[in-house]
Amino acid sequence: MAVRHKSVETKYMEDRDAVLKGLRQLDRRTFLKVLAASTGAVMAKGLMPPHSFQLVEVANAAVDKATSASGMAGKPPFTFAYISDTHLYERTLNQRFVRGAVKAVEDVNALDPQPDFVLFGGDLAQLGRRGELDLGKQILQELKAPVKLMVGEHDWFYDLGEAWQDMFGPPTYSFDWKGVHVVVLMSVYEKDFWTARKLSPAERMQIVAGLDNGIQSRFEVGDAQRKWLSDDLAKVPHTTPLLVFSHSPLYKYYRNWNFWTDDAEQVQAILKPYRHVTVIHGHTHQMLQNQIGNISFYGMLSTAWPWPYAPTGLPPLTIQMNRADPFDQFDGLGDGQFNVRPDGLADMIYNLWDRNPVTIKADYLTSRGKTARPPGPQFASY
Amino acid sequence: MSRRIIAYATLGFAAVVIAAAAYSREIRAQESPPVTHQVPAAKDGGVVVMLCDGKTSMEVKGLKAGQSMTHEQALQVTRELMAKWQREHPDQKWQIAQKDESSQPVPAPSAAAGPDVSKPSGTVPSPQTGAKSPALGMQQGDTYASFTDRDYKIWKNETEKFVAEGKRIFHDTKELGGTIGVSCDMCHPDASNTHPETYPKYQVQLQKVALLRDMIDWCIENPVKGKAFNPNDPKLRALEAYIYAQRKGTALDYGKH
Repeated sequence: MAVRHKSVETKYMEDRDAVLKGLRQLDRRTFLKVLAASTGAVMAKGLMPPHSFQLVEVANAAVDKATSASGMAGKPPFTFAYISDTHLYERTLNQRFVRGAVKAVEDVNALDPQPDFVLFGGDLAQLGRRGELDLGKQILQELKAPVKLMVGEHDWFYDLGEAWQDMFGPPTYSFDWKGVHVVVLMSVYEKDFWTARKLSPAERMQIVAGLDNGIQSRFEVGDAQRKWLSDDLAKVPHTTPLLVFSHSPLYKYYRNWNFWTDDAEQVQAILKPYRHVTVIHGHTHQMLQNQIGNISFYGMLSTAWPWPYAPTGLPPLTIQMNRADPFDQFDGLGDGQFNVRPDGLADMIYNLWDRNPVTIKADYLTSRGKTARPPGPQFASY
Repeated sequence: MSRRIIAYATLGFAAVVIAAAAYSREIRAQESPPVTHQVPAAKDGGVVVMLCDGKTSMEVKGLKAGQSMTHEQALQVTRELMAKWQREHPDQKWQIAQKDESSQPVPAPSAAAGPDVSKPSGTVPSPQTGAKSPALGMQQGDTYASFTDRDYKIWKNETEKFVAEGKRIFHDTKELGGTIGVSCDMCHPDASNTHPETYPKYQVQLQKVALLRDMIDWCIENPVKGKAFNPNDPKLRALEAYIYAQRKGTALDYGKH
């Protein structure tokens, strides 16, 4: 993009990073003093500061110690950032969602050190039009780190993925990264509800775009792709940590809003033999976590609008976010990053705009909430 | 006296039905004004008083516009108005509560009829209750006991139409007057997180006590980027109907934050 605007938040982050860099120059004795003081201040406020370097370093040291005996020692930890659910309309129609997407790109570009890659969580477009996807591609091209994309239903159901695949390639793929096997799934297939009703592509897209529109089918990974997943994993040892990216949650949360994957249990069964599995999904536009057997699930934030928690089915381990302030465009939205530990599990950071960030430690989920429980919301859903 | 009260109640019911019909017309013809009664001009310098049928009227002589009647005067006027109405409607079927020993209980609407939107419930004596307990309500031929299955179906149908119209507008950015492609359902699927039961409450961002409609208007002006509705706009009324309908059964809790 020709013109680059820095948001107030971005400038603040840059200033803070400069201060933190300065602090790293201190000698050890002074450093410890600053560490103690800042930690004290942070504790007094009751905050978990994921971006503050001192606690992250302490945490990493602890993890190194804990995992050195697990056989995964020696695998370097790494980070990746995420941006999800930008829901872009054509630029001429709507600037509001463009502001959100650009703000997330600025956030991620301000990370120092840069993440290994940026995961984009799907729903780049709102109504699957080529112009919307083009705009999204332009914005994501501004990212300094490489981007790994997955597809969402808003990208797909106008032309059944034609434009998206032209631009970004196949929606299902896998790769290996620093000892972790990464799988990207297309989890938002729907059984044909349009042919019998003689719906136009635009009508089909509009129905899928309506979260509470009951005409559409439920999301599924599908037989063919589950077969692909089994084949892909056939060569991967069960001790290798898995990272799975899917747009919909690979479990059943709330059917009416497609916070749901119809064949979730079958996909979970394929992932079951693996020791450490992390599933990261978009679509739900809220802080959302779950643990089913060996699988830890994390839902990503949107940059366009937040969704309230569904009336039923919320996983009990979920640390909810405060309900969003409708008067603040950016409240309840954001981006974030994952810090992948040497054992292949990941700590997730929700970088909530206009709020304090929240870290969900992998231990919180794997211990079923017995350790590392982050603070809950003051104002839960109605 | 009781005869008169029943007559008023029956007329009142007629007025409700007329109003309900006017509602649906209002939705169809978006801008049509509400029904108003034309009171004839006074001939003898008094004040003309009209019955709720919109036709029967009489002049109260010696009463100036803006003046109040005494209680006795008011009783006299209502007696005369009702007598006039009865004279003009000799074929109107009357049920007189205390005196009519022969009146038969109207069959209670069956559960299969299903309408629960407008049926009396809770502490209001329902036809079902009346049927089970002859000592209560319905054998007296009172207003609520006179309703039939058909009445309940009509009311349910009218109410559901109104709610469905609200749902349609809620999901349609053009109907909302939106200019950037945003509609209510995008942030509020099934009208979730609209919590109509919490209004009125002090809305700190608006610096005033807000009603649900204030928040609807705020959302339409800001995220939807449209223009706030006139308070009587049928679209605003339909939106309110849809939002309230989604919270059926939720306890009212005004002022809740």
